[in-house]
This record gives sequence, C-alpha cells and structure tokens, in this order.
Amino acid sequence: MSSLTYANRMESGPENFVSDRLARRRLRNVKERIIELILFLAAFLSVVTTVGIVVILLRESYVFFQSVSLWNFLTDTQWTPLFADAHYGILPLLSGTLVSSMVALLVAIPLGTIIAIYLSEFAPFSVREVAKPFLEMLGGVPTIVYGYFALLFVTPLLQILFPSLPGFNLLSAGLVMGIMIIPYVSSVSEDAMRAVPMALREGSYAMGATRFQTAIWVVTPAAFSGITAAYILGISRAVGETMILAVAAGMQPNLTWNPMEPAATITAYIVQVALGDLPHGSVGYQTIFAAGLTLALVTLVFNVMGHMLRRRYRQAY
Amino acid sequence: MIAAHKRWDFAFGVLGMLALMVGVLTFAALFVEMIINGAPRLSWDFFSQFPSRKPDQAGILSAWVGSTLVMLVTAATAVPLGVGAGVYLEEYAPRNWMTDLIEINVTNLAGVPSIVYGLLALGLFVYGFGLGQSILTAGLTLGLLILPVVIVATREAIRSIPIAIREGAYALGATKWQTTADHILPYSLAGIMTGVIIGMARAIGETAPVITIGALTFIAFLPQAPLTGDPPAGLFDWIMSPFTVMPIQMFNWTSRPEAAFHQNAAAAGLVLVVMTLSMNALAIYIRYRLRKNIKW
Repeated sequence: MSSLTYANRMESGPENFVSDRLARRRLRNVKERIIELILFLAAFLSVVTTVGIVVILLRESYVFFQSVSLWNFLTDTQWTPLFADAHYGILPLLSGTLVSSMVALLVAIPLGTIIAIYLSEFAPFSVREVAKPFLEMLGGVPTIVYGYFALLFVTPLLQILFPSLPGFNLLSAGLVMGIMIIPYVSSVSEDAMRAVPMALREGSYAMGATRFQTAIWVVTPAAFSGITAAYILGISRAVGETMILAVAAGMQPNLTWNPMEPAATITAYIVQVALGDLPHGSVGYQTIFAAGLTLALVTLVFNVMGHMLRRRYRQAY
Repeated sequence: MIAAHKRWDFAFGVLGMLALMVGVLTFAALFVEMIINGAPRLSWDFFSQFPSRKPDQAGILSAWVGSTLVMLVTAATAVPLGVGAGVYLEEYAPRNWMTDLIEINVTNLAGVPSIVYGLLALGLFVYGFGLGQSILTAGLTLGLLILPVVIVATREAIRSIPIAIREGAYALGATKWQTTADHILPYSLAGIMTGVIIGMARAIGETAPVITIGALTFIAFLPQAPLTGDPPAGLFDWIMSPFTVMPIQMFNWTSRPEAAFHQNAAAAGLVLVVMTLSMNALAIYIRYRLRKNIKW
C-alpha cells in the first residue's frame, strides 16, 4: 500500500483511503491493549496468590481432618503428631503463640505508643530526622539475628535476674520480639497522629492546654483509629513471627501460660517439621498445613477486629 | 499550677527519649555482641569455605552464593510483576469492583505471616508444579512475599508525579503506554528503587519461608556454573539446584550446642546485618535525596 502515491490512492476513492499513520495507529491500539492486559495480569496475581494460599491450606487441612476429628484438634491438650502415641491438640501450640505475643505486645505497645507521641508532638525536627530512619533500620534487622540475640544474650542476662529460668523460654523470645515490633507500632501510630489537623492542636493550645495535655487528650483520641491499626499490625506480626521463637523458645509443645517456661508456637512447629524429612502426603506433613490454617485464622480474627474498631471510631476531617 | 503542668511536658519528653533509648541500646547491644563474638572469625577463609563439622574450618561459601542466586530470581520475579501491578493500579485501573478486589488483596497480602507463604510454596511450587527444593522455588516464594512492598512503593512514586506531565504527553499525541514508559516510569524510578531495595533487604533476611519449602541446612557444593562441567551445564541449570542461604546457615549454627559454632553464627549474623542495613541505608539515602531534589 505504502508504495502507492498519495494521488493514486485518492483515485481509488476517499472511502477506501487509509493513511499510513492511521494504519499504524490501528497496530498501535492493538499493542496498547496487549500491554494493558499484561499489566492487569501482574496486578491480578495478588488475587491469585490469596486464592492459592486459601486453597492450599484448606485442601491439605481437609485431608488432615479426615483422619483427626476437629473436636480432638481443638480440645486435646497434647500435640505429639510425630510420636507413636500421636495426639493432635492445637492448644499447646496456641498457648505458646499467645503467651509469647502477649509478652511482645506488653513491650511494643507502651514503648511504640510513647515513641509515636514523642516523635509526632514533642521531638525537635533534628531528633525526628535521625530517629525515624533508625527505627526503620531496627525493623529491617533479619529476625534470625534477633533470635540469636534472644538465645545467646538476653536469656543469659535474664538468668542473672531469675536463676531458675531455663535456657529456652518464652520470656526472652517475647521481649526481643517486642523490640522488633516497636518500629511497626510507632511508625503507623505516628503517621496517624501527624494526619490530625493542626487546627485541633491550635484549638487546644488556645484553651490553655499544655503540650502534654494536647497530645494525650486531643491528638491521641483523634488518631485513635490509626493507632488501633498500628496495634493490630503489631499483633499480627507477633503471632506470625517465626525465627525468634524457633531459636529461643525451644520446640517442645507445652500447654502453659507461664512465660518463664519453654514452649513451641505454631510457627516454630512448622519450622521443626520442615527441618526434618517428612514424606509428602503423610499425616505429619498435613499437620503443618492444619497448623498454618489455624495461624491464618488467628491473624484474620485480629485483622477483622481491627477493621471493625477502626470503622466504629473513625473520625473524618 | 501552670508550672506543674509544664513539668508533665518535660517528664514526657524525657520518657520519649528513654523509650527511644531502649531501641538504641538494644540495637547497640546486638551489634556489639556480634562483633565481639563474630569478628575474629571473619577472614577470607570464612567466605571461601563450605560449612563443616569442625567449627573453625566452617565457612559461608555455599550460603552467600545461594543467597545471591536466590536474590537474582527474586528480583527477576518481583520487579517486573510489582512495577507492572503498581503501574496498572495507578495509571490504567478503572474504578470498579475488580480494582477494589485487587487493592484489598494487596493490602491483605502485606499482612500475611511469611511462614504462610512458605506453606503456599510447599504445596504449590514444590509438590504442585514439581519444582522441588530448588533455587527457583525459593526465589519465586520470596518474590511473591515482597511483591506488596514493591507495588506500594511503585504506586506512591507514581502518585507523586503531577498530572500535567501526563497531559503534556497526551497533548503531543502519545499513547498511554508511551506516556508511561517514556515519562512516568523514568520519573518514578528513584521511588521504585527504594521500594525494591527495601523489599530485597527483607527477602535476604527471610528464613522461615525458605526453611518451610525444605531447603537443606548442610550444603557442601555450589550449583554448577553455566556452560561448565561434563556434560556442560545449560545457562539456567543452576536454577534447579539445591541450595542454602545465609539466614538458614546462621540458624543452623545458632541451634547447635557447641559455643564454637555460636561464634560462626555471630560472624554470619554480622555479615547478614551489615548487608541488610546497608541496603536499608541506601534506600533511605535515595529517598532523602529524592525529597530534596524534586521540585515539580
């Protein structure tokens, strides 16, 4: 077509006339469409991943619950799936997870909140410029390094205070985990506080309130939904944390509410099984998916709670 | 009374500093402890030897080579997919339920515990697709894991580009993709880079998902280099090789009872922390430069 001259083509009638540019444009549109489709697929992968996680966890757990009743799973107080006398009670793993998370949150929530209020309302600019990247780095340290630290530094230190503390225990793992979570709690809370409009603070100052009174009685309540989100984020980090516990808390399932004892968590159990050589398809192999499903459900419960709390107390400006 | 209230101000300022100090002190203790224990072990031999049953001869050769190769696969997965998804959500996505669904999923995936990704990979990649406990499986798993980080960073970088840039390109007859590829992506490159680096720093320290897929803890060989050996390996044969990575090597040494192995663990931890921290510092630096330089 393009070898024909303009005049030639005009002779064949205007209705058949397609300029080179427009012909290329059609190709161009096809190309645009293909690119858009490819980009869409990349974005859609997140949906596929979620579906994949749900399907894999449910499918393997379904096979597991064919051989172990749900009632046993929820009420048996022993978890010994790899022993000859096998018991499949999730409670010991759940108690380990909850106790270590509680210890971590007792550290992370007060410290994280104080740091957030301090950085958002009190700290001079220069302190904030240094502290924020530093906190970010604290959150970037690999968890296995924290595990090493908990086992070989914090535990011996705690043993000076409590001579009866065993070498593996939930306390030191929980404390270190709490330090690890501080940056998550403080940065999200601080963002929420800084999003509170200046006018609210100015109003409070105009009434004669001090900085402290403004921070506690005006800014914190106004940022409540964001702070809740930060706490929930911290909780799901604590519940899902693996390596610190696998290293420092021991891998013996132990139904206890005492942080001074060693105990396995859901995540530590998964690591323990994965380290061994379990044949694909055995009940032992399926237990880690049942444990993983429990973990995913616990995280989901907290996330839904957080979502509801946020919705209930959301303040719009 | 005013003075009393002012004292509260002061007290809280001190409390805030103390809370920050807890973080600083912990970090300092962690770092110093690892230097004292680990630094004597850091030598050329430590980097060039395989793990061994004798602690003073053990090294991290297979671990750092494994980590590097896994990171290659992770980057090759997460960067195109994450940037593509971010571009789609910011530039292309129509406002409909599908876009909402994708956005909800990206947010949720960021909160899924990493070990659950390990279970996904174990069920899907290892046994579903039959990829085995290979570098490919680990790279894909970590790629999926850091995808939300890359997506969020890409979106934020793109969102900060003023609409006038797009309008200018469209006014000259550029198509959407031409605008995106020639203007939006280059201008948001620095922001995307920070996200990618932070994601990679996270992936390199991740232990749990890699253990869950069944990576071995004791590897005393390297994957065959491309085009070498007899018969010669293909260009990508290494991708199916068994492997170990730095954090797993450290875990292995930490969980042994002998104190001599703990020194190795400290040395490996030191290498790991320096790697992740310098990556994080680089990202923070790029962001800092970015904030200072761009004036639209």
